[in-house]
Amino acid sequence: MNADASREMPDARPHGPTTRSYVAVWGALIVLTATTVAVAGFNLQKIAIIVCLGIAAVKSTLVLFYFMHLRYEHRLIIKLLIPIAIGALAIFIGLTFSDVITR
Amino acid sequence: MNASEDAHAAGRLGIWLFISTEIILFGGLFLLYSMYRLKNPADFHAGSLELNRVLGTLNTVILITSSLCVALAIDSLGKGRTRKSAWFVAATIACAFGFLIVKFFEWTAKFHHGLYPNAKVLLSLPKGENLFFGLYYLMTGLHGVHVIVGIGVLSVMLVRVLRGTITPQNPTYLVNSGLYWHLVDIIWIFLFPLFYLIT
Repeated sequence: MNADASREMPDARPHGPTTRSYVAVWGALIVLTATTVAVAGFNLQKIAIIVCLGIAAVKSTLVLFYFMHLRYEHRLIIKLLIPIAIGALAIFIGLTFSDVITR
Repeated sequence: MNASEDAHAAGRLGIWLFISTEIILFGGLFLLYSMYRLKNPADFHAGSLELNRVLGTLNTVILITSSLCVALAIDSLGKGRTRKSAWFVAATIACAFGFLIVKFFEWTAKFHHGLYPNAKVLLSLPKGENLFFGLYYLMTGLHGVHVIVGIGVLSVMLVRVLRGTITPQNPTYLVNSGLYWHLVDIIWIFLFPLFYLIT
């Protein structure tokens, strides 16, 4: 109902999510937290590591895309920063693992 | 693109650059944790069983809720509802204090059991458990410092919103503080399974 008001103030809310979608994302984060705690309780051992870190990755993507507005970001340089940081991290982790495992 | 939007984007770029460096900082510690875990799986298993999963889950819910509060504070400001925005910032700060209080009880319990670096009880345990608790205190401690800094930053934002120096037309400070606070949440999203859930 405040669509007109927000259009007049482009600085404050540049095409961001609606109030309801923020609450929906919060709900999804809570459900995912409950899921990851439940999965950890099943004693799945090695699979639990993959599932728990996978859920953590999904949760942080939700925070990045919706709470942090990365999905609505229109500046290319800002859009690229996080993939670059994660890519650099993947190289560090990949190289270190390949060294340690093959010793 | 007007000048104001350019200035806003420049500020956003700065905070995202900072967030990138934080990802590398904590990423390095995650890597350290993974390598030690690979070398000492049994000791890390024993260590993680010592942690209180209920308190860890509670703190996860507190931080996720605080993230929602700061997002709603920016949302309210954008709609011109400054008063409501200030309440949401205050709620975020309250959640941050709640997180630290839970953390205080958690650490106090560990200290009582002699599970802190250089304690006699911990030194008598295997080397891997010492590594586990060393990393536990380092990583959750560094995250705790970020929470304390967040309380300071958000308090300044609360005062600024109330004084009217953060307005719907000029929300950059609040937006960027919000981005920092979401980062603190994201770091915990990874710390929680790493220390409390994976056994």
